[in-house]
Amino acid sequence: MPTDRTPEPPEVPMKDADEQPTWFDKKKNVNLICFVLYGVSALLLLIDPFVHKHGPFAIEHWWGFYGIYGFVGCVFLVLAAKELRKMVMRREDYYDD
Amino acid sequence: MMTDLLATPLLGELSPGLVLILGAVLVPFLPGVLRKVYLLALPLVAFLQLLSLEHGLMGAMPLMGLELTTVRIDRLSLIFGYIFLLAAFLNTIYALHIRDWVQEASALVYAGSAIGAVFAGDLVTLFLFWEGTAISSVFLIWASRTPAAMAAGQRYLIVQIGSGVLLLAGTMVHYGQTGSIAFDSFDYQTTAGLLILLSFGIKCAFPFLHNWLQDAYPEATVTGTVMLSAFTTKLAIYALARGYAGTEVLVPIGAAMTAFPIFYAVIENDLRRVLAYSLNNQLGFMVVGIGIGTDLAIAGAAAHAFCHILYKALLFMSMGAVLLRTGTAKGSELGGLFRTMPWTATFCAVGAASISAFPLFSGFVSKSLIISAALKGEYFVTWMILLFASAGVFHHSGIKIPFFAFFAHDSGMRPKEAPKNMLVAMGITSALCIGIGVLPGLLYSILPYDVTYHSYTVEHVVTQLQLLIFSALAFTVLMRTGLYPPELKSTNLDSDWFWRRPVAKAAWGTLTGVLAGWAALGQRGLSASARIAKGLYSQHGPTGTLARTRPTGSMAIWMAVLLLMFLVTSFF
Repeated sequence: MPTDRTPEPPEVPMKDADEQPTWFDKKKNVNLICFVLYGVSALLLLIDPFVHKHGPFAIEHWWGFYGIYGFVGCVFLVLAAKELRKMVMRREDYYDD
Repeated sequence: MMTDLLATPLLGELSPGLVLILGAVLVPFLPGVLRKVYLLALPLVAFLQLLSLEHGLMGAMPLMGLELTTVRIDRLSLIFGYIFLLAAFLNTIYALHIRDWVQEASALVYAGSAIGAVFAGDLVTLFLFWEGTAISSVFLIWASRTPAAMAAGQRYLIVQIGSGVLLLAGTMVHYGQTGSIAFDSFDYQTTAGLLILLSFGIKCAFPFLHNWLQDAYPEATVTGTVMLSAFTTKLAIYALARGYAGTEVLVPIGAAMTAFPIFYAVIENDLRRVLAYSLNNQLGFMVVGIGIGTDLAIAGAAAHAFCHILYKALLFMSMGAVLLRTGTAKGSELGGLFRTMPWTATFCAVGAASISAFPLFSGFVSKSLIISAALKGEYFVTWMILLFASAGVFHHSGIKIPFFAFFAHDSGMRPKEAPKNMLVAMGITSALCIGIGVLPGLLYSILPYDVTYHSYTVEHVVTQLQLLIFSALAFTVLMRTGLYPPELKSTNLDSDWFWRRPVAKAAWGTLTGVLAGWAALGQRGLSASARIAKGLYSQHGPTGTLARTRPTGSMAIWMAVLLLMFLVTSFF
């Protein structure tokens, strides 16, 4: 039955001093991932005029609408969330007292 | 066909939900391995029972002068029944390492209640199972045995019971006015219809009624949160689809649900809470579908609920494995875990791709039904919001969750890979997410309405990829320019603040104030009130026994136990 006993956190093994870096640890590989992403983005914009869209709204037929809307939407989301943080963020133990 | 093999019903007209609920009684008495086999077998028995039942109304049962219809089998209830049983089975595998009969039994009662509610043919049966889900599921939160979980569980129970009380009130008004307790469609512009809609809306986490979800789910146990994510809110989706299909007001409500939680998801540090916000956002898509109400839209809502249960469970499973192995699910403390938890990271990525609706993953073939329905119905603003929310969900669930847990800055932690049973559960769930995404035909064949829909047209695939890849691009640009807000240890105020702070203070203030006021009259007969006030204050005041974040011995637990006993005994 419920009690207020808090379980012990597990013992977590930590990094060894002689650990080898992985593929993802190398800066040039991270850059590679980003460049692939930029390339794919550009490609998706370039093929946009060749894709026939059937929707009823004019905006959907604008060149690159989905990509541009996705990008602008996400930048807005993050910047607005940062503003939201100013209003709603409190210290972690806010409700504890 | 399986149904031909079982020409006669396996267990009479017993609701498949009751197979699990009654089955739970034996759980505490079974030892070790036998109990595990039993827990795995029960959902299968319930499934066979379900397959052996014909379409139609059955399981008639008299209760207090009313004629209950405990089982209604049709295409809408079947798809929810299938996925609930599948979720119960997968979660049993995920929880095989647990040795705690309270969690094991309450998980069964919880799943059984949700399934019983889905097959309920009348409002009273629905109410009984509705409360059953509330009472049984709170034990999955309390089983964390932390003070925070105790308090969150108590708040959760109050809200869930409140939803049941509204449902009961709505049922009584409806019965009084129409003489019927049938659970069919309602008009929200009547008193009964509004009460029932509010009841469903609480469980469905409508805006401003939502916060119990983000409050309680992340406090449950590793396995409990996976369980919770599947049933309560999707039961509400089913109930809305049954009772309020085509109710226009649900379209803006659903659209708001898709959009506002994602702002919180971006700044939330606890990754299981991030998932709770994105759960809320996914419910929004389904609510929009129900509000639009066309065959395509309702089929889309059901399909999305089906896929959502799987990928959301998968995401909660992966974060649960991280929590189990590291003791935390906070983005600010995690990072770099892909080195020692590669399988968990991979399964998490499958869940992330599915919720983001990447082509070839399950979310793509279900969400596009709803978005197409919005497009066909020419809901312009709603459609724009749904697209924004789709991009946003990739941003915070698709990228943020795997990125901050498994990559990002190296936390230095090198935890063990998740236990084998968890990996098996995540593996099967991942396979289902990909299987549905690649071959949507099977899912489409069990939808409540026949839809001829082709997900994989060049138009759908390219436009969806544009939306998602540019969302990823935005994340990359914001990360690399340092504009992305860092993960910080924090609490973010949400609508629960109103009832955890001013309302709670005002309630105690009023109560003690009124009693103290009487006492202040100085009359001898009223001096007892002062003692009551003092006694209440010592028990309920800020330093009182009952104000401790421990519900043992408090009203709620007894109310829960009594209601549960009432529920179970009422079936005999």
